[in-house]
Amino acid sequence: MKRFFAPLSEPAVRRVVIASLTLGGAVGVFALSFGVASVSAGATVWQTCALSLFVFTGASQFSAMSVVGAGGSVAAAFGGAALLAARNFVYGLALSSSAKSMAGSLPRRLFAAHFVIDETTALALAQESPRLRKIAFWTTGIGLFSFWNLGTLIGALAGNAIDPQKFGLDIAFPAAFIVMLLPHLRSKLGRQAAALGGALCLISISFLPIGIPILVAACAVLIGLRK
Amino acid sequence: MINQAPENLWLMIVALAATAYLFKVFGLVVLGSQQLPKVFERCLGLIPAALLAALVAKDTFSIGQSLVIDARVAGFTVAVIAAWRRAPLIVVVVLAAGATALVRAI
Repeated sequence: MKRFFAPLSEPAVRRVVIASLTLGGAVGVFALSFGVASVSAGATVWQTCALSLFVFTGASQFSAMSVVGAGGSVAAAFGGAALLAARNFVYGLALSSSAKSMAGSLPRRLFAAHFVIDETTALALAQESPRLRKIAFWTTGIGLFSFWNLGTLIGALAGNAIDPQKFGLDIAFPAAFIVMLLPHLRSKLGRQAAALGGALCLISISFLPIGIPILVAACAVLIGLRK
Repeated sequence: MINQAPENLWLMIVALAATAYLFKVFGLVVLGSQQLPKVFERCLGLIPAALLAALVAKDTFSIGQSLVIDARVAGFTVAVIAAWRRAPLIVVVVLAAGATALVRAI
């Protein structure tokens, strides 16, 4: 055990671990609101926990349950969520050159893949040495996974015990989406895609099946083709 | 209002878990360090902006297939201001939920 904690005496390692755990705490709060929102959208506590354990990519989970909660088909819910999960492919590519030094053998790399998400990618790629990158990836990955699932369980149990609409908690979905959206509005292209996506959704809501307008909004990414 | 979960929700969860994992593993292990065309990467990077904005619009201004303006607009406004001021999520949700519940109670 002493040997396990020994690297913590190094300032660089300590910085990485502290950054990972701070992020984990913040993500835990996101998970809490996912738990509440998901059960109020109609999922059971088990289904909500399964989403966090096995899908483990926040925006997709929120998106899927938001469409289900609105009365959309599971196919429509799946479509939007799958599109949002596609960015993890780009993260995987970005991390792939470090995959062997971070995870080693093929079975370990297959296990590591489950933890390829926004936060692990950002923190791992921010490190200069392969060793720190490995520490950042695993502390962030395992830390976030723990906080994410614990938060989900607590939120789901709490959401089950109260009437979410009475407390205005149905606003948890759009509130979480707004917080997730903000970083994407920093670039001009991001703002254009957001404006176009929102507009396409509102225009098509009244005549397309529930959840499909979210897929229609994905056409907005085509503005990335010009320039 | 607790909705009834659709019967095939488990099916969606399994499909989504498999899809999410395949995306991750395809990038990290299968395809390896190949360069994607810049345009393709740019378009993929815009998915969250487009879809999250659409989800915000849907969750604030619609019930089912009808566009509605109700108490959620108050919550939405408060959430945007709080998020803009870089409030942490818990504060954003609590303030927005408070505003929504207040308008509903009036």
